[in-house]
Parts: sequence; structure tokens; C-alpha cells
Amino acid sequence: MMELVFSLAVGVLTSSGVWLLLRPRTFQVIIGLSLLSYAVNLFIFGMGRLRIGAAPILKSPDAAVPALYADPLPQALVLTAIVISFAMTSLFLVVLLASRGLTGTDHVDGREDPQ
Amino acid sequence: MSSGTLLLVIVFLPFVGSFIAAFLRQDARNGAAFLAGSIALCATVLTAFQYPEVKDGGVLRLRTDWVPALGLDFTMRMNGFTWLFAMLVVSIGFLVALYARYYMSAADPVPRFFALLLAFMGAMLGIVLSGNLIQLVFFWELTSLFSFLLIGYWHHSASAREGARMALTVTAAGGLCLLLGILLIGHIVGSYDLDRVLASGALIRSSDLYLPTLILVLLGALTKSAQFPFHFWLPHAMAAPTPVSAYLHSATMVKAGVFLLTLLWPVLSGTEAWFYIVVTAGLCTLLLGAYAAIFQQDLKGLLAYSTISHLGLITLLLGLGSPLAAVAAIFHTLNHATFKASLFMAAGIIDHESGTRDIRRLSGLLRHMPVTATLAMVAAAAMAGVPLLNGFLSKEMFFAEAAAFHVDSLLDHSLPYFAMMASAFSVAYSLRFIHGVFFGEPATDLPRTPHEPPHWMRFPIELLVLICLLVGILPALTIKPFLSAAVRSVLGPDTPYYSLAVWHGFNEPLLMSVIALVGGILMYWLLQAHLAKGIEGPPLMRRLKGQRIFERVLVAVSWRGARSVERVLGTQRLQPQLRLLVAFAVLAAVWPLYQHGFEAGHHAGTEFDPAFLLLWVVGGLSAIGAAHQAKYHRLAATVLMGGAGLVTCITFVWFSAPDLAVTQLLVEIVTTVLLLLGLRWLPKRIEISGEGLTAGFRARMRRARDLTLSIAAGAGISLIVYALLTRPLPDAVSRYFVENSYDKGGGRNVVNVILVDFRGFDTFGEIVVLAVVAITVFSLLRRFRPAQESVQAPEQQQRQDAYDRTAPERALGDTLSDYLTVPGIIMQWLFPVIGMVAIYLFLRGHDLPGGGFAAGITMSIALVLQYMAGGTRWIEARLRVLPIRWMGLGLLCAAFTGLGAWVFAHPFLTSHFRYLELPLIGKMPAATALLFDLGVFATVVGATVLILIALAHQSVRSPRAARPPLSDRKPAVVQEDA
Repeated sequence: MMELVFSLAVGVLTSSGVWLLLRPRTFQVIIGLSLLSYAVNLFIFGMGRLRIGAAPILKSPDAAVPALYADPLPQALVLTAIVISFAMTSLFLVVLLASRGLTGTDHVDGREDPQ
Repeated sequence: MSSGTLLLVIVFLPFVGSFIAAFLRQDARNGAAFLAGSIALCATVLTAFQYPEVKDGGVLRLRTDWVPALGLDFTMRMNGFTWLFAMLVVSIGFLVALYARYYMSAADPVPRFFALLLAFMGAMLGIVLSGNLIQLVFFWELTSLFSFLLIGYWHHSASAREGARMALTVTAAGGLCLLLGILLIGHIVGSYDLDRVLASGALIRSSDLYLPTLILVLLGALTKSAQFPFHFWLPHAMAAPTPVSAYLHSATMVKAGVFLLTLLWPVLSGTEAWFYIVVTAGLCTLLLGAYAAIFQQDLKGLLAYSTISHLGLITLLLGLGSPLAAVAAIFHTLNHATFKASLFMAAGIIDHESGTRDIRRLSGLLRHMPVTATLAMVAAAAMAGVPLLNGFLSKEMFFAEAAAFHVDSLLDHSLPYFAMMASAFSVAYSLRFIHGVFFGEPATDLPRTPHEPPHWMRFPIELLVLICLLVGILPALTIKPFLSAAVRSVLGPDTPYYSLAVWHGFNEPLLMSVIALVGGILMYWLLQAHLAKGIEGPPLMRRLKGQRIFERVLVAVSWRGARSVERVLGTQRLQPQLRLLVAFAVLAAVWPLYQHGFEAGHHAGTEFDPAFLLLWVVGGLSAIGAAHQAKYHRLAATVLMGGAGLVTCITFVWFSAPDLAVTQLLVEIVTTVLLLLGLRWLPKRIEISGEGLTAGFRARMRRARDLTLSIAAGAGISLIVYALLTRPLPDAVSRYFVENSYDKGGGRNVVNVILVDFRGFDTFGEIVVLAVVAITVFSLLRRFRPAQESVQAPEQQQRQDAYDRTAPERALGDTLSDYLTVPGIIMQWLFPVIGMVAIYLFLRGHDLPGGGFAAGITMSIALVLQYMAGGTRWIEARLRVLPIRWMGLGLLCAAFTGLGAWVFAHPFLTSHFRYLELPLIGKMPAATALLFDLGVFATVVGATVLILIALAHQSVRSPRAARPPLSDRKPAVVQEDA
């Protein structure tokens, strides 16, 4: 059942992220990308399946049995992804600010929508 | 040193020289010229000493691995023919370097010129001495590139830029065709090795792919050698400095095409397709070039068209396919290089000393520069094919071949007449060159008073003209041994008997020569009246300009075509692009579902916990709330987004990922700080009340569409995740990491061991990305101009300052600094504590949750808190954080840890660990991975702090006078777009 909640959670994050991604204001897009990166991180993390109380930290050197622990590989992937998504957010933020200063609008196209 | 290694030295010496010359001072004219000259001389001597090795049909080879994975070797190869060509390249290179010393003005950046010239020489030698066809194409394209740079050397002149661009477009496009052709040859033969290809002539000629291969290779060779219909780039390349024209565009680079045809002659020639294509191209070029040359007004233009025509002659000879014709082609290549290079240099001297190259303005120069004039006349006579000069000998051979029988066709039968006609043309333009420039009344309106050039400037011409004479009078004593070595290495056992003598008795070729000479003189005499009118361009062909056709095609393809495609398919607006992207992704995911159906797995899941459901009700509402509020209430959206992030973080804890939870929590903090700093510079959006109600129908439709799309995307992801989570985990690579984490990585925290040990190279890449982003952010902010509306201090600060002004006992800024005093002091006190936490996280990382990433972010939080507590000025007066150094040292630390493995002959980033016995502490694991993690730590600290501080600094700087936004400056543009 936890799986159902987890997948719905990823879905809600994705929906909110995609919605914001399609909005015209730059700040919306930044928030959207952050939400989307939560969703993607959870998605990748979920590829290792959900385990409770099985952190991939060897209890003793002899107990190196994979079945005892959650899958460490997706976790390693996500860990760097978290840091990189921070870098991405900061880069976008600065581009956003520069674009706002340069164009006088916060529309993603650098000018107000003609419609 | 073995002879093979010497080949490598010969090719790379010019590149080394080029590299050095590029670093010379701008005005180091003598130094650069001396460097270039001595390198060319050195290469000439080295090449000359190889002669004994190749003169009896020997072949020098050197083979080293290049890209062993693709089966590519770096192969150098020299035989009699390539020796001769290499000699041509280096010796004329030397003469040109000497000449250029005097030709180039001290005001030009001369070292750059010589750097390019040397690099070109190296690339040309690379072509000539390549023993591998792919490698040959590589150097081939390099020559196109350096030719481009040399033609555009005077880049302030529009004609130079245009000529350079045209030359590059034509020759580099040809080079790409050549590459394809070579790939086909490699496919047929199964090897790119020249020796093997040369041995597989029959195989290639009988292959089904022969015709496409031939056409592609010919496209490469004919564009490079400026053959019809690709000849038009060469006259425009004359915008280059004259030494370049003498070297690249007459003696060497344009010969690369005929060089390649000669090189592959034993493999590709001898078929009807070869005969018709190559002979037609050569004949057209020969005639058109010679005809156009007569009517040029520019000295260099005349020489350029004459070069085109002579290259056509060589191509034609190679096309005939008979061994004797090939001999004539090789011989004429040499002769042409000597007399044409000297003529170009003479034209350069005339231009240099009199200030113009226009034949209409020049006349009677014999009186002012008698020596140069005499030399130029001898060279021009060689070009016209006057007896006792080298040009005569090869032309006799050409006539003999033209008259001989090859393929029974109209083309073959008419060849002798065309040959005589072209030859008469060449007599006419040679006469024009001599008569127009050196004879007649002395010119009066020249920009400068002409006089003889410095002696060493004339020396290269003297030497070349001497060679013309010696070869022309005593061929058997001078050129014969070299030529026969060259011919033998191309033709092998098929080498025919040929005689190099001035006098062969009264025969057909001699008769043709006489007719051509007399015809040419007559033609020039008859054309006097027309030429005196001084009309630019040849009659009948004035309107037909290859250049104009080329430009039309370019415009059509690259501008009109592209524009119409863009109009139909493209948009500059971001939203439709993203919408398409998302829609496509959704469709791509739905398609297989539609085909195979959806089915959840049956894997026993984790037991349901209502708390988790509740958690995600909060998380989901936060996400939706953030989506809803992001337009007008940015702060609220940021907070809500943080809420979703925290729930994500708890999810990580819940499902056994403590490392992720720690990192996510820390990143959440810095992201929030970052966004808050950014919000300061983002002017408010004022919500117009009731806007949502009055939004037009189209806007509502758009929102409905986007909502549908995003719900579809979310639902799809949910389904995929659910389907995956309910299936058992396959036994994959993860097993290896868990089993070996302790034995091979020395750590119990498997995630950390993967990051710093097993997949250390990936992590290295990640921190490099992080550093690059941080530096990008930093540099973007250095020239940051905030929006006009947010230049002044924030509202709150304005109110605080206003209060300070009214209260007599307060100084300006007191309230601001008193604000949050208590939390500020607590934050200051927390610095050592948080620092300790960071160190703690770092040290335990290998065995317990933590590690370089988490510790780095913690440390940067500690630093940023100080900025928030004390203000930027306060903290920077006390503590100088140098984030760029942190990043640099971190990257170096990680890289050197990785390189350290090389010392012990292990691959990059192999880690090592052992237990150290320390007093008091006891047994402690010490892995090199810890050093690597230290690098990660420092890089993360540096990058995060750099980004945050760069943003924070914006408040301290006096804002640049914000310019009015773009839309106000150029209202016309906006209107047009609307």
C-alpha cells in the first residue's frame, strides 16, 4: 500500500512541476523545475524499491549480504542529483534575475506575450 | 634516430615552430621570420637527407598507435614521389618565409602570420607524408583551415574575409566528400593503410561502390585544386598577402588535389568514368582558366586564373590514364610550382614597390627595376612554354600525350586542338603580363615611385628562376634522377620509357608548340585594342560568374530555405516548445502502454502506514499550493516548495536512505536561502484583482490544455512508478557494491563508498559541473544590472531608515543593524558548532551517513549564516572566505588523489585503504578515498558559498545605473513583434 501512496506522491509532484514548467513567468518555471527534480529524485530512488529499516550501511563487515539492505545504487545516483539540482536552480535563478533586469519583464520569452 | 622517426620530426617541427611563433611579441617581425625560415630550412635539410633512402624505390615507414580501438594507426610514409612533394613544400616554404620577412609590413601582427604559415607547412607535410588515408584527410582539412586563416589574415578587409569564407566553404565541403570517399575505400579494402589500398586497385575498380567512391574522392580533389566548376574560390583567395598566394595558392595547397589524384592514380584510374570525369573537368578548367587569365586587370588575378588553368592541365594529364601522361603530370607539377611561385613573388614586389597591381596603371617598369623585370620575364616565358625553360619540357610531353590515342571518343580526338588553343592562350596572358607591366611608356600616376626591392627579397625569385633555366636547359643533369624516383614509386613496374631532352627532332609536339607560340603572339596583338579599353573580366563570360552562383546557392540554402522551414516548424517562444516536449514524452510513454496493456505487479509491498499517507497529503498539498501561488506570491510558493522538499526528505528517511535525507535537508536550506536572496532583486508582480475572471477565452483554453497535459504527465508517472514498485527487484549490479564495499572500499556506508570509490570518476565529473556552474553564476553576477524597480533599498529597510532619520538619538542604519540582534548573535555563536557538525559528518561519511557532499553543504551553511547574522561588510572585515580557492584546491585534491593511483600503476582514481594504529584513538581506517572526499567537500563548500555570496554581494555594491529595459529602448521592435 505504501507503494501506492509513493507513486501518487511522485505523480502529484510531477503534475505540479509540469504545470509550472508551462507557465509564462520565470519564477514559476524555477519552482516547477525544483518540484520536478523532487519527483525525478524520488522516481530514481524508487527504482531500488521501498524498504523500511534497511539502510545500506553494513552492520558488520561479515554481513555483506545484499538481501539485507536497500539498494544503494539509486541512492548514490540521487545523492549527486540533489546537489546538482541545487546548482541548476542557482544558475536559473541568476539567469532569471539578469533577464528581468535586461528585458524589464519576467516573461520566459523576454517580452510580454503578444496575445 | 631512425629514418622513420625523422619523418615524424619533419612533420611536427613546423607545428612546434608555429606554437612558439604564436607566443612572440606582436612586433617581433625579425624574430618570427628567423624562426620560420630556420625551421623551414631545417626541414628542407632533413628531408633532403632522406633522398638516398627513397631514390631506388625504397619506402620509409613509421607506424604508431593512434586510435587503437578503431584500428587506426598514425602512419608516416615516404617514397620517391612524396619525397619530391615534401621537398617542394619545405623548400618553397623556406623561400616564402624569407620573402615574407621583407614583404610583410612592420605594422601587421607578423608573428601570427608566420605561426599560421608554419602550421600550414606542417599540415601540408602531414598530407604528403601520411601513410593512412584517414590521417591524410585530417591534415587535408587542417590545410583548409589554415588557408582560411591566412586568406583572412588582413581581417579588417571585407574582401579578405569573404575570400577566406568562400575558400573554406568550398574546400572544406570538398574535404567532407573526400572523407566519405575514403571511408568507402576503407569499406571496400578493409583498411585505411595506404600500402594496402594501393595494392587493392583491381578490387576497388571492380567494386559496386567504385563510382560513388570515385565521385566523392574527385569532389575532394577538384575543389582543393580549384577545378571547374569549383574554380571560383581561388581568384578570391588572392586577397591574402602575396607570400600566401605564392605558397598556398600556387605552389602547394592547390596542388594537394592533384597530389591526391596522383597518389591514388594507380588505384582509381584506368576506367571510363575516371577518363570522362577527370578529363572533362581538367579540359574545361584548362581552357576557361587560360581564357579568363588574358582579360584580368589585376596581376594576381591573372596569375590566379593561370594557376587554375595549369592545374587543369595537370588534372587533364592524370585523367588520360596513361603512364606517360602521369609522368608529364608529376613533372609539370614541379615546373609549375617553380615558375608560378616566382611570378607571384615578382607580382608582390611590383605591388610592394609601386603601390598597385593594376595592369592598366602599370607600364614601363623595366626602367625602374631591371633585375626583377628580367627575372619575371624568364619566369613568364617558362609559363608560356618557351624552349630552353622548364615549362617547355612538360608542355612538350603534354602535347605528345594529347596527340596520342586513349579512348575512342570525340573528346580524345579533339584534345590536340584544345591543347594548342589553351597553350596559345597561355602565351597571350604571359605576354600581357610582361608587355603590360614592364614595357611601354613609364607610368606616371603610380602611388609610389618604383625601385628595386632589397636584395634578399629578390633572392627567392633568383633562385627559382635559376632552377627554371637549369631544368629547362639541362634536364638530364638536374631533375631527371629525382623525377625518375618519383615516377617509379607511383607507377611501379608500369613505368614507361620517357626521355627528358630539349631537342627531340622535328615532330608533332614541336609543331604544336610552334603553332601555339605564334598563335598566342598573334592573339595578343589582335587583342591590343580590346585590352586597351580596360574592361574588367573576359568577354562572353562576364555575366557567368561562379562566385555569384555560389552566393545565390548559399543564400537560398542557408537563409531562404532555413527561414521558410523555421517559419513553418519553429517558434522562438519557450512555452510551445516545452508543451510539445512534454506532450511528446507523454505520447511516447502511452504508446507502449497502449500496445501491451498495463498491469500492476504482484510483489508483496510494504505494510501501509497512515502516517505516511498523511505526510504525503501535506506534501502533495504543498506542491499543488506552490504551483498555484508561484505567480503572485513568490515567498509563499518558496515556503510551500520547501514543505514538499521536507516531505521528500522524510520519505528518504522512511525508506532507508539516511544519506539522501541528510543531503536533501541541507540542500533544502541553501536553496531557500538562495531563492530568498534572489527574490530581493525580482520586482513584485501586482495581482490585478479579478484578472482570473476576465482572462480571455484563449487564455482559459491554454490553461485547460496545460492542466490536462500536466495531469496526464503526473498520472502516467504514477502508473509507471506503481507498476515498477510492485515488481521484485532484479538481481543486478548493486550486489557487487554491497558485497565488496567493505573488502575493497574499506567503508561500511555503501552509498558513500560508491560515490568516492567505485564510481569516483562520476563523482569527479559532478563536482566539476558544480564548480563550473558556480563560476558561471559568479561571472553572470559580476555584470548584473538589476531591474529598475528593485534598485532602491527594500521597503522594510526604507522604513527602518526613515525611523532612524526622525529619531534624533539614532544614526542612520542603527535599526537595520539592531534588527534580529539576538538571533544574529546566536547565529554567530553557532559557527563553531556547525563547523564541528560538518567535520563530524565528513569523518563518519565512509562508515555512517554523511560524507563530503553533506559536510560541504553544512560548512557552507555555517558560513552563510555568518553573512546573514552580521551583514556582508561585517563578516568580510573579519573573515575572508575565498570560495574560488576552496573550489580550486578541492578539484586539485580530488584530481591528484586520482592521479596518485597512476604512480602505483593503477587506473585513475583507484583507491587504497588500510587500518592505521593511532595512539589513544586506536585502530582507524585510512583510505585514499577519504582524500578524494576531502576534495569533494572543499569543492562543494567553495561552489555553494561562491553562489550565495555572489548574490549577497549585490546588495553591497552600488547598483549600476540601471538602464531602461530593452522594451522601452526599442519600442519599434516590440510593436513589430506584436
